[in-house]
Amino acid sequence: MAPTITQELELITAGHGGGTGVPARGGDGDRPGGSRRVPVRAYFTLVQLLLAAIVMFFMALTSSYIVRKGLGTDWQQTPLPPILWFNTVILLGSSLTIHLARRRERAAFRPWWTLTILLGLTFLGGQLLAWKQLAAAGMFLDTNPSSSFFYLLTSAHGLHLAGGIFVLFYVVFRDWRRSRISQAAAADLAAIYWHFMDGLWLFLLALLTLGR
Amino acid sequence: MSRKGPEHGSTAVALALAVFLLLFTAITVYIFVAKWWWFPPAITVEGHEFDSQFFRTLIITGVVFVAAQLGLALAIYRFREQGKPARHFEGHTGMEILWTLATLVLFIGLGIYAEKAWAEVHFIGASPGALPIEVTAQQFAWNFRYAGPDGKFGRTKPELVSASTGNPVGIDPADPYGKDDIVSPGELAIPAGREVDLTLKSLDVTHGFYVRELRLKQDAVPGMEIHLHFKADDPGTYELACGQLCGLGHYKMRATVKVLSEPDFEKWMQQQEAANQ
Amino acid sequence: MVTTAEAGGHVHSAPTGFIRKYIFSLDHKVIGIQYLLLALFSVFLGMALSLLMRIHLAWPAHKLPFFSGGLMTPEQYLALVTMHGSIMVFMVLTTAPQSGFGNYFLPIQIGAEDMAFPTLNMLSFWTTFVSLAVMASAFFVPEGAPISGWTAYPPLSAVGEQSGPGQGAGQTLWVIGVAIFCAASLMGALNFITTTVDLRAKGMSLLRLPLTVWAWFVTAVLGLLAFGVLLAACVLLLLDRTAGTSFFIPGGLVFTDQVLISHKGGSPLLWQHLFWFFGHPEVYIAILPGMGVASHLLSTFARKPVFGYKAMVIAICGIGFLGFCVWGHHMFVSGMSPYSAFAFSLLTMTIGVPSAIKTFNWLGTLWGGRIQFTSAMLFALGFVSLFVTGGLSGLFLAQPTLDLYLHDTYFVVAHFHLIMGVAAIFGIFGAMYFWYPKMFGRMLNEGLGNLHFWLTFVGVYAIFMPMHYLGIAGHERRYADTTGVGYLAKLQPVHVFITIAAIITVAGQLVFLFNFLHSMKSGKKAEVNPWNATTLEWTVSSPPPFDNFGGKHPHVYRGPYEFGVAGHTADFIPQNLEPEKVSEAH
Repeated sequence: MAPTITQELELITAGHGGGTGVPARGGDGDRPGGSRRVPVRAYFTLVQLLLAAIVMFFMALTSSYIVRKGLGTDWQQTPLPPILWFNTVILLGSSLTIHLARRRERAAFRPWWTLTILLGLTFLGGQLLAWKQLAAAGMFLDTNPSSSFFYLLTSAHGLHLAGGIFVLFYVVFRDWRRSRISQAAAADLAAIYWHFMDGLWLFLLALLTLGR
Repeated sequence: MSRKGPEHGSTAVALALAVFLLLFTAITVYIFVAKWWWFPPAITVEGHEFDSQFFRTLIITGVVFVAAQLGLALAIYRFREQGKPARHFEGHTGMEILWTLATLVLFIGLGIYAEKAWAEVHFIGASPGALPIEVTAQQFAWNFRYAGPDGKFGRTKPELVSASTGNPVGIDPADPYGKDDIVSPGELAIPAGREVDLTLKSLDVTHGFYVRELRLKQDAVPGMEIHLHFKADDPGTYELACGQLCGLGHYKMRATVKVLSEPDFEKWMQQQEAANQ
Repeated sequence: MVTTAEAGGHVHSAPTGFIRKYIFSLDHKVIGIQYLLLALFSVFLGMALSLLMRIHLAWPAHKLPFFSGGLMTPEQYLALVTMHGSIMVFMVLTTAPQSGFGNYFLPIQIGAEDMAFPTLNMLSFWTTFVSLAVMASAFFVPEGAPISGWTAYPPLSAVGEQSGPGQGAGQTLWVIGVAIFCAASLMGALNFITTTVDLRAKGMSLLRLPLTVWAWFVTAVLGLLAFGVLLAACVLLLLDRTAGTSFFIPGGLVFTDQVLISHKGGSPLLWQHLFWFFGHPEVYIAILPGMGVASHLLSTFARKPVFGYKAMVIAICGIGFLGFCVWGHHMFVSGMSPYSAFAFSLLTMTIGVPSAIKTFNWLGTLWGGRIQFTSAMLFALGFVSLFVTGGLSGLFLAQPTLDLYLHDTYFVVAHFHLIMGVAAIFGIFGAMYFWYPKMFGRMLNEGLGNLHFWLTFVGVYAIFMPMHYLGIAGHERRYADTTGVGYLAKLQPVHVFITIAAIITVAGQLVFLFNFLHSMKSGKKAEVNPWNATTLEWTVSSPPPFDNFGGKHPHVYRGPYEFGVAGHTADFIPQNLEPEKVSEAH
């Protein structure tokens, strides 16, 4: 006689006869023997979602910028320190180097990746210099709304970029054999974030230039 | 192995729940209809339109409220566990479309209807002959300034604000227009039947200008000058209460609103002029 | 502890040691319970604060313990208001339904072994814990907790001590605490969305997801997009408070005849826009999981499929999307453009439509059913009643004309309490009574559950319905007592009634607390599927094994609400029962 539903459930719970034995969906098979429970795809979803959240954060700051600028009579132009253009070139260069790191053969990966880290650090150093230049011109965080936003936007971007640099370090220094994903996948994920930081900087630069 | 599911088909529980819902609905409706606690009478034309719109909304929401709670009560009682199998159906597209459209039409219709009164108060400014009165809010008092015979308000400066020397709104003595300005602390007098144009200002934090009988509320935001115009028709003494959290004295930040007939208003103005000398 | 590479390989092996098992656990089930315990603590703290408020409102001259001189000052009252609101909204309504139950049951209901990122999950809980600690520490600074409400409008919240007691360090701690909470919520949202998108078991298509999962998923999307904006607002407020910027502070402010010269040009309205752009999705974050739970429970305990499953999914998504478009209805009196008000009003009326659809469908789910009045079901039924009542008062508030009178009165307090403070709580209670057996392996006492329901259901209506009438009479909210404004005096008896109802209702929650704690050890042992329910959590042991499915991978064959299907002896078919095993006749 066919088992009742409840008996079926008992069997399922006890681990016999239930399920088809087909392993969980997912796992791109890039790591034989690695975990296929969490597919690499999930990490890419994560990064995209993270970028969406970061976009909302900067959109809030951007709309505040626009509103505040349109409001008052106390908006004074903040001259952009020229070093910003140099920093921009450095950052764009780092996007190129990170792209090359992923495209070259394995041997060339480390040098190009390291160069990216160096360029990233140079960018941050350059931003600090920009702050110094601005301070020397008498413009501080609380001088006027325009300067407030300059410091705020550059530091918000800088902090997120610093997080990105930390990830770049992590990609080269962590032991990827014991991880759920490969170093190649991790590098791809880091690169997405890095390019986004690049694009974000271009957007903020445009905002600061047009708004001044 | 027990196959008994949770047999809680208790008629007692179903009945109790249904009865409670009925009672609760009845009591709620009754208190609304009997107006145990209600609006004070409106004293403007727009105020009466407010009352009509409130009533319209009340009828619609009241009907939906009663229908939904009673429907729930009915379903609870009628379909309590009685040993019969449940009727298996997964939905009904026709009904879904029907009640979605009905709700959409009802809600949007109500909303569009409501905008009429809103537009009358807010889309058009005060008429040119309206009496200008400046309302200055601060922690925790209201001051009202009239322009005086020259019809112009004198310039104010924040650094001149001084309650102790009798200049609560900071009128600049150097400005000739300010010489005949009348400041009435805590008492707003309005001529009945004449439109007034209030300019709301605040010295410190955001406060709220709220007079029930006018059916109006408007925040007074520091850094902004916000206009509010109306024409009060019914003389009487009313109360202004602060309608936006402004600090520890928020609960007692009140003022008196006096709607006076024209002769009484003139008398009041003369008294104020005398007091301001 | 070597991670195995068997087919399907575990994320992490079974933890040993007290710390790894219960404190810094990576297991979503433990983390879910941690969130629930945090919410449980917070809700009792929040209720205690509100009891103090209610006692003061009813009997302002009555001496209270813990207050110097025995009397509560107005600023102390406002500090209670602020912290009650903040703790309830953030630490109860945003945690329990989503991070609590969602964390525990989303992976299981979709057939996954755990969340996609267990370490991130653990971090999200402990960050929430830190945020609660920081916020609560505002009570202990010399000037006390802030008095600007959970909404913290500047300039009151931005200029520091001169605007009032508690506005110094207390307010700063509050802002930092909220900012930390934003980070924690974002972490959680990332996990929830990724898990739902990428970790579903074979056969678990989107349209076979339980409505609880749909609710948690859309809620997470709302959180992902909204909390970043609040974080930005908090950063700006913190800078205004500590760094001399003027994002929100206009010039020429005068406090006790002293002009504030260090700030100028900022806009208080800018804060309101940023805050409410977050704040409105936030209230949908608070209620959507409860709606998902209600649908789930009504179907399970009426032994019928959810009426209009697809419409329910569309409604959840519609509410989520429209939730981002209506924030201006909190700002009708703010000084914002009246034309914007018009637009926001129409959009707000529109969001009533998907909510109405859900209500119709709940009734449709009950219709023709065979209703079992378990405690969980009672709370689900109560949810429907409360949601209708609370939602309908929104129709008044959505119209700017009517809102001019009702804004910031007790009518608004009634509205949001019925929706959030009660309906959402009923969703939490329903979930608790339903899932307690699965989480703790014991049944809660049904008799006590029924008693808890009745005390609470009658109690909350007794507390919050009269508030509508107070609002209509023009009683402003956040008023420390009724002595300051003349026309409030005659409303004082209503306050007494409400307070007595509140005391009884809060006391009634002790019934739940006792049941919760006592059943942990002494409750009847729970079977695998005590409710004869269909979703995947009811196919594993109570509590589940550490990797949820004992190394097996569920395969889903049908939707989540197959109840009462004709021609079967049992009135339900589990989602993962193979088709060949579902016999036509026994």
